[in-house]
Amino acid sequence: MSTSPSPADPRQPPPSAGPATDRLAVVAAGGQVEPEVHERVRQTPAVLEIDRFNLWYGTKQALHSITMPIPHGKVTALIGPSGCGKSTLLRSVNRLNDLVPSVRITGEMRLNGDPIYDQRMDVIELRKRMGMVFQRPNPFPMSIYENVVYALRIDGESKRVVLDEVCERSLRGAALWDEVKDRLGESALGLSGGQQQRLCIARAIAAEPEVLLLDEPCSALDPIATGKVEDLIQELRGLYSVLIVTHNMQQASRSSDYTAFMYLGRLIEYGPTTDIFTKPVLRETEAYVTGRFG
Amino acid sequence: MRAGNEGWGLEFATASGETVVLPMADIVRAWQPNKASFQERLGVYASRWGEFLGDDPREANSAGGVFPAIWGTIAMTLIMALLVAPFGVLAALYLREYASRGPLTAAVRIAINNLAGVPSIVYGAFGLGFFCYVLGGSIDELFFRPALVADGQPTFGTGGLLWASLTLALLTLPVVIVATEEALSAVPNSMREGSYACGASKWQTIRRIVLPRALPGIMTGLILAMARGAGEVAPLMLVGVKKLALDLPIDGTFPFVHPEREFMHLAYLIYDVGFQSPNSQAAKPMVFTITFLLVAIIALLNVAAIWIRGRLRRRYVSQQF
Repeated sequence: MSTSPSPADPRQPPPSAGPATDRLAVVAAGGQVEPEVHERVRQTPAVLEIDRFNLWYGTKQALHSITMPIPHGKVTALIGPSGCGKSTLLRSVNRLNDLVPSVRITGEMRLNGDPIYDQRMDVIELRKRMGMVFQRPNPFPMSIYENVVYALRIDGESKRVVLDEVCERSLRGAALWDEVKDRLGESALGLSGGQQQRLCIARAIAAEPEVLLLDEPCSALDPIATGKVEDLIQELRGLYSVLIVTHNMQQASRSSDYTAFMYLGRLIEYGPTTDIFTKPVLRETEAYVTGRFG
Repeated sequence: MRAGNEGWGLEFATASGETVVLPMADIVRAWQPNKASFQERLGVYASRWGEFLGDDPREANSAGGVFPAIWGTIAMTLIMALLVAPFGVLAALYLREYASRGPLTAAVRIAINNLAGVPSIVYGAFGLGFFCYVLGGSIDELFFRPALVADGQPTFGTGGLLWASLTLALLTLPVVIVATEEALSAVPNSMREGSYACGASKWQTIRRIVLPRALPGIMTGLILAMARGAGEVAPLMLVGVKKLALDLPIDGTFPFVHPEREFMHLAYLIYDVGFQSPNSQAAKPMVFTITFLLVAIIALLNVAAIWIRGRLRRRYVSQQF
C-alpha cells in the first residue's frame, strides 16, 4: 500500500491513552472505543457537527456513535480500510442514504447549526446547500453548459445572464474553462474521464455550497487526471469546506488540513493532517498511515 | 367525367368476325401490348401501380385501388400509437419509480404480463362491449340524441376509428409498459444520485435525466407495439372495419378527423378479397399485392421509428467511455 515514510520513525509514539489491548482488535470483536480527537480540531469553528451518529443497514450496524466536528473552510479527509464506513458517513451528510429503504439512523448532524435529520428539514433544500462528487464521474446526458448550471435550473433560475456567469465561474473554479470554453454546447459524455470528473466538481460548486463532499474523486482516474484534480482540491482550500473520502495516503497527506482515521464504522483518531501523519497519538493510526495494514 | 361516358360505347371486331360493343364507362385502360415499346410498358406498369395506390376499389374490392384501406391503416396505427404511448409510459413510470415494492405491485406486474398473452379476439369483444356499446352508447344518448332518434343509426355507439384505435392501444399496452420499465431500470443509478445530490426532486430527476436517457428504450417498445398493432385483424372486424367505406376517416371536411367513421384496413381487406370475394380469380393477384403493401407499410413505419431511436440514442446515451 502506501510507503510514505514517517519522519518520526526512530522516535516511539506515546502509548495510546486507552487500555493496553489493541484498539482495533477490540473494535473487530464488536466493542466500543473512545476516539482520540486532537484539541486543535475541537477548537476550530465547525461547519458541520456530527453528534453520536449511528447508522444501520437493516440489522447490520455500519456507523457506531460517530462524534466529530468538521472545520469550516478547511479540507478534512476521511481515511480507513475498505468497509470502515467512510462513504456511508459522507452520504449521510446530504441524506443520500434516505434513498436506501433499509437504512435506520439515530443521532444528529448539524449544518451551520441546522439539524440535518430533523423532521421539518426539507431534504431538497438541504442538498442544495451541499455539493457532492462521486467515485465514478456521472455527467448528465446533456451539454456541458447544462450540466454545470443544472443545480440552478432546478432551483428555477432561467436568466441567461446569471447562468452564463455561474457557468464560467464554476468551470474556471474547476480548472476546466480553458479546455471547454469553445464547446459548451457539446455533449458532456464526449469528455475524457478526468475532464468529466472536473465537470462534476464544477457542477458541485456551481450553487456555492456550504460543504463540498468528495467521495474518492480520483479513484477512477488515470494518474495525470488525478494530479489535476488534486491540484484543484488544493485551490478549493479556503474557498469551500471540503470533506473528502480517500484511499490514497499521499493524497490525504498532501491535500487535506485535517484527517480522521476510521475503522469498522468507528472513529479511531482525528486531528490535523501533519500530526496524524507524523506523530499520531495511537499506534494503530501509525500502523495504518505507514502502510502496515489496510 | 365518367358520367359523360354514358351512352357512348366502343365497337370491337373480334378475331372470329363478331362485333362487341363495350360501354365507355366500363373501360379503364386501352392499349396494344404487342406494339408497345419498353417505355410504354413501363408507363402502363407505373399507371397500374398508381391506380392501385391511389384509387378507390371497384368490383367488390377485386379490382381498382386500395387507397381508402391504406389511409385507414395509417390513420389507425398512428392514432393507436398516440394513445398507447402516454398511458404506457406513465403506467411504467409509476410502477418503476413511485409504487412501493409490495405484493400489490407484484400482482399488477403479473397481470400486465398476462395481458400480453390474451388472444386478440378477446380484446375485440371487450372493445365492442365496453367502448362501442357502453361508452359509445352513452355518448350517443348524451350528445347525439337527435341523430339517434331520426334514423336509428348510432354515431358513436357502433364501430369506428376511435374505438378501433383504443382497442388496439389496449392490446399493445403491455408491450409498451414492459419495454419502458426495462428502459427505466437501465438508467444507471449513479445518474439519479448525481441529480439528487444537486438538490433535484424526484419528478425533476425523472423529467430531466431519467426519461431522456430511457427514451431510446421507450421507442423500442413503441416500435414493437406499432408493428403488432398494425397487423391485428380479429379485433378490428368487431370494432369498426368495413368491407367498403369510401368516406375517409380523416379528410378535408370539418372537423377533419372523424373518429366515429368506420374505415377500411389492409389486413381485413386481405381476408375479404382473398376469401370472401365473388370473383376469386380476379381477386388472387390483389391478395398478393395487398399483402406486399401491408408489409411494406409496417416496414416503413418501423424504419422511421428506428431512425428516430438512433437519433435519440446519439443524443442522450452514446459517447460513453
